[in-house]
Amino acid sequence: MSGIGPEGSADFPHLGEPDDSVSAAEAAGAVAGFRGTRRGVTIWFAPSQAGIIRSLVGQVAELLGSGEGSSPGETSTDETSTDETRSEEARPGDGPLERSWGSPEEFAANLGLSESTALPEDPVLARLLPDAYTDAEAAGDFRRYTEQDLRSGKVAAARTVLATLPEGGGQVRLSADDAESWLRALNDVRLALGVRLSVTEDFEERMARLDPDDPRSAYFWVYDWLTYLQETLVRALS
Amino acid sequence: MSVAPAEVERPDIKQDVTPDTPWVTIVWNDPVNLMSYVTYVFQTVFGYPKRKANKLMLDVHHKGRAVVSSGARESMERDAQVLHGYGLWATVSHDS
Repeated sequence: MSGIGPEGSADFPHLGEPDDSVSAAEAAGAVAGFRGTRRGVTIWFAPSQAGIIRSLVGQVAELLGSGEGSSPGETSTDETSTDETRSEEARPGDGPLERSWGSPEEFAANLGLSESTALPEDPVLARLLPDAYTDAEAAGDFRRYTEQDLRSGKVAAARTVLATLPEGGGQVRLSADDAESWLRALNDVRLALGVRLSVTEDFEERMARLDPDDPRSAYFWVYDWLTYLQETLVRALS
Repeated sequence: MSVAPAEVERPDIKQDVTPDTPWVTIVWNDPVNLMSYVTYVFQTVFGYPKRKANKLMLDVHHKGRAVVSSGARESMERDAQVLHGYGLWATVSHDS
C-alpha cells in the first residue's frame, strides 16, 4: 500500500514547494485539499487543476466504457469503433459517457451480461477489473456475470466527478454520496496512473531521484498530488 | 444429527458449497491504495469498527494479504465485487 501512515503523517514536499508553473492560488488550493464541513465536503480548484482531474477521470471512464457491450479483444480499440460520428462531436474524454444505448450489444450490456471472461489485456483495465478467483475458470465465470456492473459503477462514479467539477474550477461542494463517488473515481485514476508509471512501494524515493527533465516527471507530480487529494478526502469523510 | 424424516426434500444447495466450510474474501496488498483509504473501505463495506479495520489494513500491508470476511460463497463474491468497486484487489477462495 501507499506509504502514508495510518495516522496521516503527511509529507508532501512537492506541494510545499510549488515550481514556477504553479500559481500561488493553485498551490493554496492544493495544500488545502478536501475539507469536511457541516454542509458537505468542500474544495477549491484552479482551472488547470480542474482540467487535469476532468481529463484523467474522463480517460478512465472512456477506457472502462469502451468495453461495454463489446466482445473480448475489442475493449481498448475505441478508435475503430462504429460510433465515429459521436466520437468526432464529443469532447475528449466525455464522449463515451454520453453515448446512447441503441444497439443490441449495448442493450445486452445494460442488462449486465458480458461475453468477456478473460482478464483484460490492457494492464490498466486488468487492474481496475481484476480477477476474483486465482482459478482461471472460476474467475471467468465470475467475470461473465459481474464485469459489466463493475464497469458501470466505475463509469457512474467518474460521471459524478465530471458533473460536479466545473471545467473552469472554483469552489466544489459535495454531498456525502457524491464525495464517495469522488473517492472511488480518484482512486481509479491513481490505480490507472500507478500501472502506467509502474508505481511501487518505493514511489517516494523514485520520485525524489527522478530527473526533472524526465518526460514522466509531470505525471509523477500529478500522481503525488492526487494521492494527497485522496488522503484529505478520506479524512474529510472519516 | 438431523431428526427430519428421510422423505423430506433437502434444500437446493450448490454441490460445492456446504455451510460448515465457509468461503473467504482475501484482500491483497498493492502499492497504490492508501492505507487510510483501505481502512475507510473496510469500515464502510463491512461496518467494522475503526480498530478492526485498521488491524486488517495493517495485515494486508505487512503480510501481503488478509482474510477480510468469511461465509457463504455468494456473500464472498458480493464482497469481492464491492471491494473491486473501491479499487481494492480482492479474491474469493475456499477456506481450507
